[in-house]
Amino acid sequence: MSKQPAIDLNDPVGDHVAKTTCYMCACRCGINVHLRDGKVRYIEGNRDHPVNQGVLCGKGSAGIMQHYSPARLRAPMKRVGPRGSGEFEEISWEEALTMATDWLGEVRANDPKRLAFFTGRDQSQSLTGLWAMQYGTPNFSAHGGFCSVNMAAGGLYTFGGAFWEFGDPDWELTKYFLLFGVAEDHASNPIKIGIGHLKGRGAKIVSVNPVRTGYNAVADEWVGIRPGTDGLFVGALIHELFQNQKIDLDYLVRYTNAPWLVIQHPGAADDGLFARGEDRDPIVFDKATGGFASAMSVETTPALTGARTLADGRTARPVFELMAERFLSDEYAPEAVASQTGVDAEQIRRIAAELAEVAFEQEIVLDQPWTDWAGRRHDKMIGRPVSMHAMRGVSAHSNGFQTCRMIHILQILLGSIDCPGGFRYKPPYPKQAPPWLLPQGALEDIRPREPLGGPHLGFPLGPQHLLLDDDKPSRIDKGFTWDAPMSAHGLMHMVINNAAKKDPYEIEVLFMYMANMAWNSSMNVPGTIDNLTAKDDDGQYVIPKIIYSDAYYSEMVPYADLILPDTTYLERWDCISLLDRPISTAELAADSIRHPVVKPDRNVRGFQEVLIDLAARLALPAFTNEDGSPRYPGGYPDYMVNHERKPGIGPLAGWRGADGSKTGQGAPNPKQLERYLENGAFFAHELKPEQAYFKHANRDYLNWAVEMGFRVEPRPTIFQLYCEPVQAFRLAAEGHGTRQPPESHRERIRKHFDPLPFWYAPLEETMVEEGAYPLHAITQRPMHMYHSWGSQNAWLRQITAANRLYIHRSLGAKIGVVDDDWVWLRSHQGQVKCQVRLMDGVNPDTVWTWNAIGKRRGAWGLSDDSPEANQGFLLNHLISELLPEGGGGYRYSNSDPITGQAAWFDLRVAIKKADGAHETEPLFEPTGTGGLAPSPNKIAYGAEFKRSGR
Amino acid sequence: MTSLPENTGKKLGLVIDLDICVGCHACATSCKEWNTGGYSAPLSDHDPYGADPSGAWLNRIHSYEVGEGPGSKTVHFPRSCLHCEEPECVTVCPTGASYKRAEDGIVLVNPDTCIGCKLCSWACPYGAREYDFDDGVMKKCTLCVDRIYNETIPEEDRVPACVRACPTGARAFGDLGDPSSAVSQSVAARGGFNLLEEFGYKPVNKYLPPRTGASDRDPAIVTQPERMPKPDGSAVERLFAWADQALSR
Repeated sequence: MSKQPAIDLNDPVGDHVAKTTCYMCACRCGINVHLRDGKVRYIEGNRDHPVNQGVLCGKGSAGIMQHYSPARLRAPMKRVGPRGSGEFEEISWEEALTMATDWLGEVRANDPKRLAFFTGRDQSQSLTGLWAMQYGTPNFSAHGGFCSVNMAAGGLYTFGGAFWEFGDPDWELTKYFLLFGVAEDHASNPIKIGIGHLKGRGAKIVSVNPVRTGYNAVADEWVGIRPGTDGLFVGALIHELFQNQKIDLDYLVRYTNAPWLVIQHPGAADDGLFARGEDRDPIVFDKATGGFASAMSVETTPALTGARTLADGRTARPVFELMAERFLSDEYAPEAVASQTGVDAEQIRRIAAELAEVAFEQEIVLDQPWTDWAGRRHDKMIGRPVSMHAMRGVSAHSNGFQTCRMIHILQILLGSIDCPGGFRYKPPYPKQAPPWLLPQGALEDIRPREPLGGPHLGFPLGPQHLLLDDDKPSRIDKGFTWDAPMSAHGLMHMVINNAAKKDPYEIEVLFMYMANMAWNSSMNVPGTIDNLTAKDDDGQYVIPKIIYSDAYYSEMVPYADLILPDTTYLERWDCISLLDRPISTAELAADSIRHPVVKPDRNVRGFQEVLIDLAARLALPAFTNEDGSPRYPGGYPDYMVNHERKPGIGPLAGWRGADGSKTGQGAPNPKQLERYLENGAFFAHELKPEQAYFKHANRDYLNWAVEMGFRVEPRPTIFQLYCEPVQAFRLAAEGHGTRQPPESHRERIRKHFDPLPFWYAPLEETMVEEGAYPLHAITQRPMHMYHSWGSQNAWLRQITAANRLYIHRSLGAKIGVVDDDWVWLRSHQGQVKCQVRLMDGVNPDTVWTWNAIGKRRGAWGLSDDSPEANQGFLLNHLISELLPEGGGGYRYSNSDPITGQAAWFDLRVAIKKADGAHETEPLFEPTGTGGLAPSPNKIAYGAEFKRSGR
Repeated sequence: MTSLPENTGKKLGLVIDLDICVGCHACATSCKEWNTGGYSAPLSDHDPYGADPSGAWLNRIHSYEVGEGPGSKTVHFPRSCLHCEEPECVTVCPTGASYKRAEDGIVLVNPDTCIGCKLCSWACPYGAREYDFDDGVMKKCTLCVDRIYNETIPEEDRVPACVRACPTGARAFGDLGDPSSAVSQSVAARGGFNLLEEFGYKPVNKYLPPRTGASDRDPAIVTQPERMPKPDGSAVERLFAWADQALSR
């Protein structure tokens, strides 16, 4: 036998380890980056980090190739050829910043609303929003409008929380987990860790999704629902709970507006609003006294049923009664919804019975005393261990807001919000329902060189809070108008279209960050490109100036006039703040940072650094001292430590105070970032056991939330089963009040603004020729890619370089195709040619693909013959940002009529075999590559780490 | 020809749980990043940004469907060297580069004596061996031999990179030759099986099959979905009568 070779078993990994935060997606896991000679040797999860507890997904583990991608921009650039040509000239930062300052300064001095500043996939809205506020333009938001605002708004208006960043299932204690419309995100690793635990513990996982991949593949029960019908399914579950009296009445009385009385006076200006006492509190009927009482009093025994006669002689009925009538109607019986949802009535009944069984017969009792908001002591914490999670599959429909509200009502009826085993809020949530924040940026408040009065985005309570000047929208995206009254995250997907059409007005500068709007982040890509390149009669671009910041040469880069190249996540400071998009868990209030762990080898700067630099050059007040000098000369890390949003409250909550001993509120600590670095780039504060559950009504939690600056007062959050703001908008449509919708919108508002959630058919299918587009078409994100990021990554693209259209076997048989055959997919907007794959685990009336895999030649450092560009395809070309023309010739945005959420998954298509095809259509002309060096044709990364003598 | 050790001190290997693998590729990319700078450095990539990208990977995940109709299932299947007890990839090697370690059973390729003839990749039915077109030698899972004994790494991290990374906990590492080890116990409890047992190579890695469902629920969910008996009155009336119980805030 040959002698075994000697192997060095103790080779050090690197010469040091830096702990920071991943940015391969929005999950923000903690990572350990092993470095050797200044190069990245290995990235693994940080075991101490609250989000990922040491694990790391497929994307995070491929960070090396994200960082060393040949698609990375090298230096600031100025466009020298026409937009789309990719002809650029490298310029210095000074020239770039001077150009940007001139453009931005001129607009600010004359008409600030002519700047549209929108950010895509970034995670620094607390800073970017402040910048836009200080600049004084109304035109700012991040990408939520085309992402998942329905989730966020549906939740925040109902119970002051929502899924994803605002709450999590109780992974330790839940016994039944119901998922709706989740691909990988969000959140990546926490859900994966959770699923592993649940299956090990014997909890049941039920996944409702038209497609059986990923989490849906490992679920104990997959419900292959028809897209857009989740509201019918959930409505039927609620029907069953009411039918079988499986409702936590106690919980409803204590925590919700179920007993609140609703005025029943059709035709009156306050019909459908809450009856209120003299102190303006809503009222209930107290069975103990036989009279009315404030809904806020704890001394009552409120009636859940019964029409009552108010002092003024009018009738009022409790919310509970109205809700029961709605959901007990035949419309929501399992038999009635079965054929439309594609889910058997028996299966619906059984799932409803299982939910009830687990919630009520398998309740959890924790021996943990707690005190409620009224000061009453409870010996135990009682839990109904059913949890749920829902994401874009529910959100990205024009009926998503009402559907999300239904899911939350289902949770509330089961008594499962913030109880042991249920849904758990993550600090700083819960907020109020809705949060006490109104949108700012009415046109009459916009003045040259003056900041806005407050943050742009908020939660309107009625037409009085719309941003309208007579009928004219204040915002370029028409957010907070009758097009989308409750558009809490703005409508980024409408900006380019509206700017090109000069509707509602022209802009001068479009400034965007990390948003691939000329490709996968827009609907109707050809139309969007036309809008970006549209010219006036004088030969000038309709959108005169476009500034864009990104780290990679994406499809958007060639359409910008000035490029500000960003760093990667390993080269930057960053701040994941409780003021913005937190990384807390149910028991830990947490925030984190990124810091430079490798030096850039090129002339790039972190976008946030650049923004702060521009703010100083523009003399934005919050970024400038009285003497005109920059307030944060140290750039972003200086801002992170020294900025105070309110006295004592800054971007980072940990180690505040001069000595670093304070949490949440405290003077800036000059050594704060050192403390974060010592602690693995994050801070976590553990809640006390008595604060851990019932946060919405838990005195110890609420008081602490006030101390931390999350809440203004320790008043409880009362769940709004009936959403009064929605009714306020409906009343305007019915002809009441001084601010009413235009005729073109009246019926639409009246119909959809129902204060109790209901299901309606997604709008697109009601407006296209019946039967012409019989199939649904949706996308999901593969676990190893993050939207358009991934194709520039040499490792990730070996996993997926081209996408297929996945169709049910039966459909394949019907149209006569087998795997890899070409088909035409057609919508009312356009058509796309692509290759199919047949599968079993998909709703038979649904086709789907991975999103954003299709790329355009010239972008991402890929060769012109790459699969992404020639076989890969986008569904975006089939989706219009405007619905087909309706009555009166008006074309509404292809969005949820309540929030403006982009209705990506409403898409309806027809399919047929395409003969003799070899490549995808539409095939866009290649863009130039902006002077990027050709990508290598071989990589042997790690060769330099090879030690001699193994 | 290379010969095999009569027996090995340990039988180190992996247990992969098909019940909870969600196909995220964490094990594949963490393996790639570890090994491209570790024992097998580098794992080359060819045409990485072009029409036909390929590279040397030591772990690949296959997602496919089993069956048709209501009983069908989507499975995510990670595939890497199973460190067999009697692997012919070792005995077929003409230079002795391919060998199985006596102390722990890990099957390795010595890159200094491998001539890249690829016989081993023909012998292996699992496709575990890949030819690196840059180095000209065969590469395969090393069970992270450069991690598991490495005293420069914290003890809790002395596991293969794929095990360290897996977010659902679908991968475990240990001594399958020790019946009392955690991995052996999980195999016994869950009915872990040998892949392609009929080839007779006695794979050490085991796969845990997907759990079957209701019998695994703990506690069991027993439901009676029949409606309650209907006395007179509509569902609404009955509901209201029930809801009128005295309830205080």
